[in-house]
Amino acid sequence: MDTSNRQITFTPDLFEPVHRSAEDAEKIRGAPVGFWGDAWRRLKRNRLAVAAGCVIILIIALAFVGPWLTPYTPSEQVLERQYKTPSLSGFWFGTDEFGRSMFDRVWVGTRVSLYIAALVTVMDMCVGMAYGALSGYYGGRVDNVMQRIVEILVGIPILIVAVLTMLILKPGILSLTIAIGLTGWTSSARLIRGQVLRLKEQEFFLASRSLGANTFRLISKHLIPNVFYILIITLMYTVPTAVFFEAFLSFIGLGIQPPAASLGALINDGAAQMRFYPYMLIFPAAVLVTITISFRLLGDGLRDALDPRMRQ
Amino acid sequence: MLKYTLKRLVNAFVVLFIITTATWFLMQLLPGSPIQNSEKLTPEQEAQVAEQYNLDEPLPVQYALYMSGLLRGDLGDSYQFGGRSVTGIILERLPVSIFLGTQAIIVGLVVGLFLGIVSALKQNSIWDSGAAFLAVLGVSVPDFVLAPLAQYWLGLKLGIFPIAFFESWWHSVLPSLVLATVVAAVIATFTRTEMLEVLGQDYVTLAKAKGLSRLAVVLRHVLRNSMIPLVTIMLPLTAALVTGVLIVETVFSIPGLGEQFVRSIFEKDFPIIMGTTILFSVFFVASYLLQDILYGIIDPRIRVAGNRE
Repeated sequence: MDTSNRQITFTPDLFEPVHRSAEDAEKIRGAPVGFWGDAWRRLKRNRLAVAAGCVIILIIALAFVGPWLTPYTPSEQVLERQYKTPSLSGFWFGTDEFGRSMFDRVWVGTRVSLYIAALVTVMDMCVGMAYGALSGYYGGRVDNVMQRIVEILVGIPILIVAVLTMLILKPGILSLTIAIGLTGWTSSARLIRGQVLRLKEQEFFLASRSLGANTFRLISKHLIPNVFYILIITLMYTVPTAVFFEAFLSFIGLGIQPPAASLGALINDGAAQMRFYPYMLIFPAAVLVTITISFRLLGDGLRDALDPRMRQ
Repeated sequence: MLKYTLKRLVNAFVVLFIITTATWFLMQLLPGSPIQNSEKLTPEQEAQVAEQYNLDEPLPVQYALYMSGLLRGDLGDSYQFGGRSVTGIILERLPVSIFLGTQAIIVGLVVGLFLGIVSALKQNSIWDSGAAFLAVLGVSVPDFVLAPLAQYWLGLKLGIFPIAFFESWWHSVLPSLVLATVVAAVIATFTRTEMLEVLGQDYVTLAKAKGLSRLAVVLRHVLRNSMIPLVTIMLPLTAALVTGVLIVETVFSIPGLGEQFVRSIFEKDFPIIMGTTILFSVFFVASYLLQDILYGIIDPRIRVAGNRE
């Protein structure tokens, strides 16, 4: 049938008027999408980042419930069951030279990594942000003094700080906390300060100031919300670095001490036994690598979602 | 620029002075005496050992002696190796570490540049995703996982490389490759981003419009302009190699400075820890300083000089 030349005759009864009252016409459809809603939409479209986020949640969940999923404990030593190879019916990740269940040890070790991640987050969010915001906001002499202090702290390599705290205190979670706490916030403080210096010159800030907003309001309502997203992006990169650093210290024997477990310490033990019992290296290494890869992929996704200009 | 450089230089020396002083006093807080088995020694012997290491002087005098020695390049004597000078030990072990680091940087730079350039020129192709995957893996697999795996597969299973010690150049291949992975991964990602930015610039369009061949455009215009920022990340990358060298030397039993440092920590050989700490700090501070100055030279807009704007 040839439709291309068919004539359509329009008659008035084919149409019916749309009833729109004046009130309807004024209505705005859909709730306005805010900055975070918009970012969330963009993030959801990035499948890799969503998958990475799910993996992180899964790892956090396993770190907390993992040891309860098995009838064993992470530190119980039973010499009759040394070096059991991983199997679904017995020990999921095998056992080590003391017959301890590797599955339980790996997840207990992951807790250390997650603790470090949480610590860095808190340091960056609280200390780094407050320091950077105040320094940038006040400017002048205050800023000068605060920046000199940061410059000195940045100059001290974290490796040295960590080694010194380990030597003075006992190696362990406390000295790790101190080492990271002393140095962990400096980079975010510098970053936030730079952003605050830029924002301070913008019109909305001047407007709020001329309306009489006080310092607290200016910082909490205008500066912090505008730099917060940058902080989240950097976090996704500082967290894996810190997790690596703890694992590195534990690997060379300066971090978590046995019988407590940490991924780095487990990797060190596993590397020593790798020739005969490769699973002892593979499981903790796989968890560590998964954590860092997931954070990096989520970080890339967040960067694209929160700061579209950075999209490549 | 000169004023800025001088200011940064003074700053760097202040930082170094603070680090040295803080480390020195922290060393005094360390538990235990540097004299091992002191209960077996007679008081006279103990006094003799103490005198040899200036331990009988009051703390401020010890500090002054150490600092004046430092200015002359004398880092004191090692406890562990019967009074050998720390400077001597460091000078003996440093070349090995520098050799490993340099080799790693060169390999990493070549591989990283290649991956970065390929993925930028073939953006969104399978090459691009492949290179991106390798880069994420390279950054995310730590040296201390890669090193034992490399020992096992390339050393033991395939038997291509020796797995420990440092007797010939062949021994340095595996450690350098392990060190180079992170460098290559970082450089690949960085080169890709920079090149894509330059490829979008007007002058590249102009160069293409002039009828230049693709190769000429890439070599003469794109690559040269994307290489400028690369200079600035090379320095922090080099500084970051220090931790890598520590791991790789320990895992492969290579007699370099990193291995010595780790061992001294366990041996409580304070003069060596102190000396190595100072050396590492000088290295870190110098690379930060150089980076900031290079930033200023390369791109005056990002000059950090104007800290107070």
